[in-house]
Amino acid sequence: MKRMKILAYPYSVWMAIFIVVPILLVLLYSLTEGDIRNLAELRFSTQSYERVLEPIYLKVIVNSFILATLSTLFCLLLGYPVAMIVARSNPKVRGMLLMFLIVPMWMNFLLRTYAWMSILSPNGFLNRLMDLLGLPRLEIMPGKTAVLLGMIYNFLPFMILPIYTVLSKIDKQFLEAANDLGANNMRTFFKIILPLSIPGVVSGITMVFLPAVSTFVISGLLGGGKTPLIGDLIEHQFMWEGNWHFGSSLSIILMVMILISMAIMSRIDRNGQQEKNGQSKV
Amino acid sequence: MEKYIIELRNLSKSYNGIKVVNSIDLKIRENEFVTLLGPSGCGKTTTLRMIGGFEDPDEGEILFQGKLLNPVPPYKRNINTVFQRYALFPHMNVFENVAFGLRIKKLPKDEIVERVERILKMMDLENFGKRHVDSLSGGQQQRVAIARALVNEPKVLLLDEPLGALDLKLRKEMQIELLDMQRSVGITFIYVTHDQEEALTMSDTVVVMNQGHIQQVGTPEDIYNEPNNRFVADFIGESNIIEAIMLEDKKVRFDDHTFDCVDVGFGQNEPVDVVIRPEDLQIVTDPGKGMIQGTVISVVFKGVHYEMLIENEHREYMVHSTLMFPEGSRVGMNVQPVDIHVMKREGHES
Ligand SMILES: Nc1ncnc2c1ncn2[C@@H]1O[C@H](COP(=O)(O)OP(=O)(O)O)[C@@H](O)[C@H]1O
Ligand SMILES: [Mg+2]
Repeated sequence: MKRMKILAYPYSVWMAIFIVVPILLVLLYSLTEGDIRNLAELRFSTQSYERVLEPIYLKVIVNSFILATLSTLFCLLLGYPVAMIVARSNPKVRGMLLMFLIVPMWMNFLLRTYAWMSILSPNGFLNRLMDLLGLPRLEIMPGKTAVLLGMIYNFLPFMILPIYTVLSKIDKQFLEAANDLGANNMRTFFKIILPLSIPGVVSGITMVFLPAVSTFVISGLLGGGKTPLIGDLIEHQFMWEGNWHFGSSLSIILMVMILISMAIMSRIDRNGQQEKNGQSKV
Repeated sequence: MEKYIIELRNLSKSYNGIKVVNSIDLKIRENEFVTLLGPSGCGKTTTLRMIGGFEDPDEGEILFQGKLLNPVPPYKRNINTVFQRYALFPHMNVFENVAFGLRIKKLPKDEIVERVERILKMMDLENFGKRHVDSLSGGQQQRVAIARALVNEPKVLLLDEPLGALDLKLRKEMQIELLDMQRSVGITFIYVTHDQEEALTMSDTVVVMNQGHIQQVGTPEDIYNEPNNRFVADFIGESNIIEAIMLEDKKVRFDDHTFDCVDVGFGQNEPVDVVIRPEDLQIVTDPGKGMIQGTVISVVFKGVHYEMLIENEHREYMVHSTLMFPEGSRVGMNVQPVDIHVMKREGHES
């Protein structure tokens, strides 16, 4: 066992250099002003945090949250039934369906988003279809709806897979027992399947919401830059404005928000678990 | 006309082209304790699941109080099941598990509490309501499973090897408790087991099954004393099964001796199988006073009796006796006419 521990050292060093140090640097930049190339000259300042509170930036943060929440919600509403269908299909079909879900995930995020651009753009596939059907053209892209659609498409598999995993593990005997005790299929769903699948729902929400709230580029591509998200703002500060202090404080704010939402989700999950173990109730 | 609560008519079910339940006919009376008995894989669970509505029969009819039950979904059947693996809901405590059926029926809150508490008390689970099901022992889980089904006061209770996971002592206790309960609540029990002793001690009627077919239906005494065929005789306890010739009514010949018996209705000189239970052979020390003679070749003490193997030139007999005859001693054996059970030879049509 000891030798195994030694094997973990390089990884720990790696973690320290490439994760912990950058985060500490970001924290440092967020609380200072001055030339970032000269660490000795940095002065303490809350200036960049104050800037975050300016209405235009607050609006971006709120927008990101709303969009991330909406895409998580839609992913849940779409993903749950799909996960259910996959879990219930017979083994041969199930393998195929899972492939359809997983293969797009192997493609690059940008590539997938470009594919959506060619569907949603003013002269894209969707509008040609509308033309063919003699219907009025849709002006989705660029716009919030297109961003939302792109996000839902990109993150949907991350909602479906954990829910599917939990659903496929639910023992069929529980459903038969509920049936036996007089519950029709709908009541069996709400009283047995749904409560037993909460852990999958929680991890699905986490796996969609976190990348959704910090996503960037997608709003530029599908939203025409009209509704920048917090991820875009951070990228902009680092890459174009060169204001690493402001970029860092935005990053820290985003990180804190993510940590809070993760804490809430794990609390929900733990409550479910505790009820399962029943110790809390005794 | 007699009133039957459940009737199976020509019921069949196949998996992958194999008939695991094969044209079963069975009539079950109200308040009867019926046991489906047979070796593992003979189709007991499948039969029970068809009655519960979890499998659709390929052929045949299931009647409930004379009405066709086939198209009725399980949640509308006035039948409850105690599942083989209990299937207690893992996200609910004991009380909620038991209350499930009543909540589905939307009974008033106080009635639910009253009925659940009454049944928990009856099952010796009074203080377990708030406990989680995973924290219970096998025996307790099993009682919760029974309580959860019984609280709905079904007309018929299906039990699939409910005591299978319990150790011997607990199993014996639960057998008695279950029997008491069935008598006091007046519910028809359809009980599945592969344990012949359990079937014989608990049931009003035993249904012996093998490979999807019903072999025999009867009271435990019938099944034990008058097995229909070699399979039933062999499956229900130890016995000596002997190939013999039925000379005429009430006369059967084997081991160079003609025995008086009580069976009639076979053809003249028809080949038959004869069953003699080990406890029905009486040993006499003087070989000359026995209908058959033999040598004791092994003796095993079984607590209440000795189990001896006695060999003659034709076969070995298993004999149970409270008297011990030492190995190597030459003895005679006698058997009463009523203890000779003649069965049709399998595969022999008269
Ligand atoms: N869902 C199923 N699919 C395929 N074969 C099955 C299924 N259920 C039962 N069987 C087969 O049917 C036979 C009878 O099973 P079962 O009714 O469970 O027997 P028992 O309860 O008497 O042990 C067994 O050979 C079993 O393997
Ligand atoms: Mg079985």
